[in-house]
Amino acid sequence: MEKEVLEHGLNQNRRKFLSKLSLGLGSMALGSLLVPDLFTGKSSAEEDIMAALPHFAPKAKRVIYLFQNGAPSQLESFDYKPLLNKRMGEDLPESIRMGQRLTGMTAGQSSFPLVGSYYGFNQYGEARAWISDLFPHTAKIVDDICIVKSMHTEAINHDPALTFFQTGAQVGNRPSMGSWLSYGLGSENNNLPAFCVLLSRGKGNGQGVYSKLWSNGFLDAVHQGVQFSSSEDPVLYLGDPEGMKRMDRRRMLDKIAAMNQMSYEEYGDPEIQAKIQQYEMAFRMQTAVPEVTDVSKEPDSIIKLYGPDCLVPGTYAANCLLARKLSENGVRFVQLYHQGWDQHGNLPNEMAGQAQDVDQASAALITDLKQRGLLDETLVIWGGEFGRTNYCQGKMSADNYGRDHHPRAFSVWMAGGGVKSGMVYGETDEFGYNIVKDPVHVHDFQATILHLMGIDHERLTFKHLGRRYRLTDVHGAVVKDILV
Amino acid sequence: MFNFFRKFIRSFNPEILPYMFPILRNVLIGMAGSLFLFSCGKSEEGRIALSASDQVSYNFHVRPILSDKCFACHGPDANKREAGLRLDTEEGAYAALKDAPSQHVIVPGDPEQSVAYQKIISEDPSEQMPPPESNLKLEENEIAVIKKWISQGAKYESHWAFVPPQKSPVPETQPWGRNEIDYFTYTKMQEKKLSPNDEANSYALIKRLSLDISGLPPTMEMMEKYQNLDDEKYETLVDDLLNKDAFGEKLAVLWMDISRYADSYGYQDDEYRTQWPYRDWVIHAFNKNMPYDDFITWQLAGDMLPNATKEQILATAFNRNHKYTEEGGVIHEEYRVEYVLDKTNTFSKGILGVTMECAQCHDHKYDPFSQENYYELYAFFNNTPEKGFEGDVSRSKPAKTPILWIDQKDFQKEGILDYLNHQDTSKIMVSVMDELDTLRKTFILDRGVYDAPSKEVKPGTPSSIMKFDDQYSKDRLGLAKWTTNKNNPLTARVFVNLIWQEIFGQGIVKSAGDFGMQGDLPTHPELLDWLAVDFMENGWDIKRLMKQIFISSTYRQSSEVNNKALRKDPENLYLSRAPRLRLTAESVQDLVLASSGLLNTEIGGPSIKPYQPDGLWEAATSGRGTLAKYVQDHGDDLYRRGLYHFIKLTVPPPKAIIFDASNRDRCEVTRGRTNTPLQALVMLNDPFVLEASRVLATKIEKENMTPEEGIQWVFQKVLCREMTGEEEGLMLEYYQEEKTRFDSHSDQVKVSLEVGEMEMDESGISAESAAMMQVIVALYNLEETITKI
Repeated sequence: MEKEVLEHGLNQNRRKFLSKLSLGLGSMALGSLLVPDLFTGKSSAEEDIMAALPHFAPKAKRVIYLFQNGAPSQLESFDYKPLLNKRMGEDLPESIRMGQRLTGMTAGQSSFPLVGSYYGFNQYGEARAWISDLFPHTAKIVDDICIVKSMHTEAINHDPALTFFQTGAQVGNRPSMGSWLSYGLGSENNNLPAFCVLLSRGKGNGQGVYSKLWSNGFLDAVHQGVQFSSSEDPVLYLGDPEGMKRMDRRRMLDKIAAMNQMSYEEYGDPEIQAKIQQYEMAFRMQTAVPEVTDVSKEPDSIIKLYGPDCLVPGTYAANCLLARKLSENGVRFVQLYHQGWDQHGNLPNEMAGQAQDVDQASAALITDLKQRGLLDETLVIWGGEFGRTNYCQGKMSADNYGRDHHPRAFSVWMAGGGVKSGMVYGETDEFGYNIVKDPVHVHDFQATILHLMGIDHERLTFKHLGRRYRLTDVHGAVVKDILV
Repeated sequence: MFNFFRKFIRSFNPEILPYMFPILRNVLIGMAGSLFLFSCGKSEEGRIALSASDQVSYNFHVRPILSDKCFACHGPDANKREAGLRLDTEEGAYAALKDAPSQHVIVPGDPEQSVAYQKIISEDPSEQMPPPESNLKLEENEIAVIKKWISQGAKYESHWAFVPPQKSPVPETQPWGRNEIDYFTYTKMQEKKLSPNDEANSYALIKRLSLDISGLPPTMEMMEKYQNLDDEKYETLVDDLLNKDAFGEKLAVLWMDISRYADSYGYQDDEYRTQWPYRDWVIHAFNKNMPYDDFITWQLAGDMLPNATKEQILATAFNRNHKYTEEGGVIHEEYRVEYVLDKTNTFSKGILGVTMECAQCHDHKYDPFSQENYYELYAFFNNTPEKGFEGDVSRSKPAKTPILWIDQKDFQKEGILDYLNHQDTSKIMVSVMDELDTLRKTFILDRGVYDAPSKEVKPGTPSSIMKFDDQYSKDRLGLAKWTTNKNNPLTARVFVNLIWQEIFGQGIVKSAGDFGMQGDLPTHPELLDWLAVDFMENGWDIKRLMKQIFISSTYRQSSEVNNKALRKDPENLYLSRAPRLRLTAESVQDLVLASSGLLNTEIGGPSIKPYQPDGLWEAATSGRGTLAKYVQDHGDDLYRRGLYHFIKLTVPPPKAIIFDASNRDRCEVTRGRTNTPLQALVMLNDPFVLEASRVLATKIEKENMTPEEGIQWVFQKVLCREMTGEEEGLMLEYYQEEKTRFDSHSDQVKVSLEVGEMEMDESGISAESAAMMQVIVALYNLEETITKI
C-alpha cells in the first residue's frame, strides 16, 4: 500500500512537471483530459491541494455505489422491530415522534397507526444480523458486509435528499461525490471515464433521477459522470455511423490530425495539440467501452451468480455485472441508481418486487469481487436517500399498507474497501423511529467514503466564487468504528 | 484613482515571477507594474524605484499582502486575533499598543515609528513578523510596498468594487491602437514587456465578428463583400451584424444562463412550463437595443411601473424562471422560501456580481455583508403571492401564480408583444411577478432554514455597496432604481465585464460573478472603470459598448500564439493576442446548421426537440407528466438555432452539456471551456453533423462540381476561408481513399448517406457523394472549424 501512495505521489509530480514543461516548450502538450487546467492557469494553492493527494494510504481504490432510489424501507429490510407488529394499529406516541416534521402527504392524517413488517426476519452470520425474508441472497453474504442502521439525514423529500447524499448540499449545483473523486484522484484507465453512471428501474412507485446528481458542479466538466445507457451506444455518440469500419475511422482521424497539425504550426496554440489528443482518446474509448460492456464472454457461472436478468441490458442485474467490469478496468466511481423504492402505499407487494430486482445481483457483486480478489480494494455501498415511517400512510389492512418518508433513521450497508465485515453498526429505538446509538449523518458517511479512498474530507477543497467548497460542506466526521 | 497604474519602469522579466513568489501569483496578476520593479532583475533589487509621485494603493498593493501574510492572526476573525491587534481596519492599525501605550502599530507617514514596520524588518526571530514558525515571509518588495504605503499616510480604502467607478484620464497617445480600450491595454502590455500581435487577416476577422455578434459563421456573400477589410468596411460590417436579428439571439444565450431559463419545472416529475415568451422578450430587447438600465428595471419591477404594459410585466418572468417543485408531500413554506432565496441569489450574482448567498446562513466571511443584509435584500422578493406548492404533477399547469395571460388581442397590438412567435390561437401563460396588498413580514432565517425565523427585517440593500436612498420606495421598484443609479458601484462594471467575457472569453475581472474581496482583482482596473462610466454616460447603450470593443485594435489582433507570450502570459490576461476560443454549445450547433444551409432562421416560440440519443428522458423519469417520453420534432423545427433547444432541467440536452453549456439549474454567469473526448464523439457521430455533411455532399454532386471545386467550396463554407494547397492536397487524397472504399463496398454507400430527416434525392446516392460526405465530416471535425480564430 505504501508503494501505491508513493507511486501516486510520483504521478502527481510528473503531472506538475509535465505541465510546466509543456508551457515552456509549447509543443509538448498533454491532453486536456489528463491535465484539464493546464492552460487555464491553476493557482498554486490548488496545485498544492492536488499534490498532497492522497492524504494517506487509501484502503479502497474504487467505489461502486448501488443507490436504491426512492428510499427502501428499513423496517422491511435490515431494522427488525417486532414491537411494531405487537402494537400494530396503535398511534405513534408523541414521546417518540418528538415534533418530527411530516411531509404534506401524511401531515393531514388524523392518526399515525404503527405498522409492523409484513415480512419475517431471521438472524444471519457471525454478527447475528437481522435480515428480512425479502433479501435471502444478501443474508448469505452478511459476513462480508457492514450494516449501518443509524443513518440519518436532514431532507424529507426525494429531490433534496438525493442531492444531499450525492453532493453534500440539498440545493445548488455542487459536484457529485464521483466528481470529487475524479477531481481528487483522477482515472486509473485513460480509455474510460473516471465516473460512470448506470440507471435501472423497478416496477415499484418511482421517483426520477436527474443528471444534476452526477454533475461536476463547479469542477471541470471532465469530472462529470458519464451516463451509460442500455441502448446500442453504451456511451452517447460512441458508435461509428453505419457502414464505417474501424480502419475507415482511423484513416479519417489521421487526416484530421494532419490538418490540425498544420493549424498548430500556424497558430502555435497548445489547445490544438490537446484536441488531437482528445480525438485519440475518443478512438480508444470506442474500442474500450464496447469491450467492457460486452458480457458475452462471461462464463455461465457468472451469469448464474448474477441471475438471468444480467443478460437483459438496462436491468439492475446487468448494471451490477457491468459495474464489476468497469470497476475491474479501473473506473474510479461507478454509480448505479435503481428506481422504484417509494412505497407510500401497497408496500408489501411493491417492495417484494423491488427486492427481487436487486437482492441476488447485489450479493453476486460482492461474491464476484471477492472471488477476484477485488473486494478489498473496492468499496461497495447499498442504500437509499432516507428511511420510511414506522406508521402507516393511508389505509391499513393486514397485508397492505404504506410508509411515508422518514429522515431520522434508516439503514444502508457497505462492503469491502477497508470497511469491517460482518458488522452491524448503530441502533434505533424499539419503535424504529429514533437513533439510540452511534448516529451516522450523511456528511459523516461521505467523510468516511473519502477517508477510505485516502482523502481527508476537510482537505479536498475547490475554491469557487471566493469560497472553498468541499463535499462535506463544513461538517462530517469519519466513522472510525466501522473501519478495518 | 488609478493613475498610479501608469507605467513606471521597464526592465523587468515577469515570466519568472510566478515561480519566485508562487503565493503571490494571484495577487500579482491583479496589480499594476509598480510592484514588479523591485521584485526582479539584479540591477533593481532592493531599490525603491517608485518615484515620488507614485501612489501605493491599499486595495491593489497592500491589502493582498496583509491579507495573505498577516490577517490570519491580525484580521477580522476575533476568535483568532493575536495580541488583540488587527490590521484590517484603520482603527485597529492606528491604535496604540495595549502593553506600550506610547507606541502605535502604524503611524501614518512614519514607517520608522510604526511598530508593524519595525517588526517586519526585524532580524530577531523573537521579534520578527510574521513569526518564523508560521512559514510565512515577507519578500523585499512587499516590505518596500508597505513602507511606501505608510510613508504616504497608510490610507485604507474601501474595497475597489464598492467604490463608484470613475474615468481616469486616458493614457497619452500611444504608438499602437485605435480607441481608448487600446490605450489601456497597450499600456499594460508595455508594463508586462509584451507587444501586441499584428492585426488578423480579413477572413479571420470576418469569422470572428460574425460569430461574436450573430453567433453564426459568415455567409459566402459576406466573405465576398468584405474581403480586404479596411477601417471603413470593417465598421460597416460591425454595424451590419449588430443590426441583424441574430444578434439578439446570440446575446440572449448569456442572459438565459443568468436568468436560468428552462422549459420545465425541475425537481422530481419535471413537467412542462411555458416561459418561452420571456426568452423572446429578451431577444427582442437586445435587438432593439433597449438601454441596460431599463432592461434591468423591467425585469426586476416591470409590473410596478406606472400603467405597466403586458410587455413590462412579461419581463418580470426573470424572477420566475427558477425551479418549482411538484413533488407530492412537500412542505409549502419550505419551498416558497427556497424560491425567494433563488431570486435573491440570482439578483446578487447575475446583476450585482456579488455572492450574497454565503450570508444566507451566517455573516459573510470575506465581504461586508451580514446575514441581516441578506434578508433585507431577500425582503424585496418576499412579497409575491406565489405559493410553495400548487399541487402535484397531475394538476400541473404551464405557469404558476401569479400568471400573465397573453392572447390574440395582445399579438395584434402594434409594437407590443407582436414579436412573440405564437404558433396558434391559444392563450399563453407565463409565470411573472406581482405584489401582495399586505406586506409579508420578513425575518432572518437562522442557518437559512425556513422554519427558524428570528429577527424581523425590512427591505434594504447592503450599505457597503451603496446607501439605499430614502426617496426610493422599499419595494422592487425602489430596488431597481438603486441598482441602476449611476453611483451604484457594481451594476455597470459587472455588465461591462460580462460583455468583455462574452467577447474575450474571460472578464477583466475573471470571477465575473464575484466582485467581492475574494474575487479576482481586475487585470485592467482603469479600463473596466472607463468602460463602465462611459457605458452609463452613453445611456447604457449595449450595442455601442460592444461596437467600441469590436472597433478596437485589441480585438483585431491575430490569435497566433508565440512562445514568448505563452510563457509570459499563458492565460492571455494582458491581451497581447486575440483569444482562440472554442465556440459555445449553441454556436457549434448553429455553425453546422448555417454552413450546411440547413438553418431555419425563425425567431422565438416554444422550444424544439432535436435529434437526441434514444432513451435519455425515459431512463430518468418518474414516469409521470407529459415529459416522461422524449418526442422528437420534425421538419423545419429540427434546424432551429441551439438557443431554441428544449431544456428539460432533470435531463438537459446532452450535447449542450458535453460542450459546457449551463444546466440552467441556477444562475450562472460563466461557462467552462473544456476539451474532451466526448466532444470529439459528438462531432464524429452525431446524426446532425452527418446530415449536414450529406446535404452539402449531395449538393456538390448535383451542381456537378469537380471534387476539387467541391472541396474548395465546402471548405470555404465550413472554415470561412480559402484552403491552402497543402490542405487541398490532403483532403483530395482523403476523398480518393473514400471513393475507392465506396467503389469497392457499394453496399456502404446508401447506409452512409441515409442519415437525418432532410429529404434526399435518389440521384444523390453515389460513391462520389458518400466519399465527399466523409471529407465534409472531417472538415467539421477540425479544431479550427468550431474555434473563433
